[in-house]
Amino acid sequence: MRIAVIDYGMGNLRSVAKAVEHVAPGAEVLVTSSAAEVLSAERVVFPGQGAMPDCMRELDARALRPAVLEVARTKPFLGICIGLQMLFDHSDEGDTPGLGVLGGEVRRFGSEGLMEDAGRRLKVPHMGWNQVRQSLAHPLWQGIENLARFYFVHSYYVVPADPGSAAGMTDYPRPFVSAVSTGNIFAVQFHPEKSHTAGLKLLANFVNWNPWSVGDPSLSDRPSEKR
Amino acid sequence: MSLATRIIPCLDVTGGRVVKGVNFVGLRDAGDPVEVAKRYDDQGADELTFLDITASSDGRDTMVQVVEQVAAQVFIPLTVGGGVRSIDDIRRLLNAGADKVSINTAAVQNPDLVRDAAGRFGSQCIVVAIDARRVPVDGPAKWEVFTHGGRRATGLDALVWGRRMQDAGAGEILLTSMDRDGTKLGFDLELVRAFSDELAIPVIASGGVGSLEHLSDGVLVGKADAVLAASIFHYGEFTVGQAKRVMAERGIEVRA
Repeated sequence: MRIAVIDYGMGNLRSVAKAVEHVAPGAEVLVTSSAAEVLSAERVVFPGQGAMPDCMRELDARALRPAVLEVARTKPFLGICIGLQMLFDHSDEGDTPGLGVLGGEVRRFGSEGLMEDAGRRLKVPHMGWNQVRQSLAHPLWQGIENLARFYFVHSYYVVPADPGSAAGMTDYPRPFVSAVSTGNIFAVQFHPEKSHTAGLKLLANFVNWNPWSVGDPSLSDRPSEKR
Repeated sequence: MSLATRIIPCLDVTGGRVVKGVNFVGLRDAGDPVEVAKRYDDQGADELTFLDITASSDGRDTMVQVVEQVAAQVFIPLTVGGGVRSIDDIRRLLNAGADKVSINTAAVQNPDLVRDAAGRFGSQCIVVAIDARRVPVDGPAKWEVFTHGGRRATGLDALVWGRRMQDAGAGEILLTSMDRDGTKLGFDLELVRAFSDELAIPVIASGGVGSLEHLSDGVLVGKADAVLAASIFHYGEFTVGQAKRVMAERGIEVRA
């Protein structure tokens, strides 16, 4: 099996690749900025680090946008961190248009004012291990306890237009969407590659996930060019 | 449900080996960074910090190899510091698998480095390490920034410097009290509290931990977002798991 980790020059993809290799020893994990390699892989991981304006710019500088849009419709697709945020229509970070694969906005923590929880100032970025409430049953949550902790580091969070696409919620201090799911796409705000047992389990689940299998409740919009 | 307070063991590395008495029962090789990192990972460490204490710039390549080996086997966040001087140093460590890079002396020598690095790699991976020492003054407490492993005074007010680094794009501050480092008397809680109240980014308290209660004090009194310790874990006195149990008993949210 070939799994492409899309490399558009933003940050360290080694951790993602190593973690995927760890859970899928038989697979060929390709860190790549070649559209052809992305298109020919069986599964795609779309990571992201840094600032969204830079990520979008670098993605386009490598002419990867069409390939990402294509595989986001046609292959098991895992977005991580900024890779989740980029799927949406628009981010407040640098007033940046996203890929528009999912409807909704990306907003900054605390833009409504100082965040406090029980009298304690909440810091931005939201950094560290926080719990994820699984808001729907999904093959990628299989074997992972509800409210398991994952490692987060981010200052912005997604607000999907379709609340039904939320697969996981996290409180900081108010609930925000920390995982989304639609059809062949699963995308998370946290870093599974840095989230120890729970994170590795999620990656293993992704490697084995068939969004088009019969009876999979996550299947909502089956693309015509099924593989 | 909320964010857990992080416990971060710190490992000193030189020549590709962990130094300063790591003393775990059952370790085949107490100097092997991968083995030590795995042990802390098993104990429930939330992150690991590697400090390159190699004095010269030779041997920096070994640190890159250490990071590569650890990152291939330990799937929690890794921070690397010590002798980080340039954008190129940062890139090499991140590419090797570090999640964050900690900058200390070079930030003082070249304040633009933090801004450039945060702009290029994102604030999430730029930690500014501040070594602070109390200034004897009447009135409100003050601390001065020291560099070169705490040997050189800079004349900079630590809180002012911390704010400047936050504005430059630092993602968090690793705050070490030079007065307490190595004393086992506990954190300088006044220093930690001053930083935590002043800054909007997370603050990691460091320097002086001698007991598990000290770790909790850093969170409850100092309001630290994370606590870092070396010797209490290295010498096998306590495990990270024990530290977490004590913190949980005192009402601090920890990752089980």
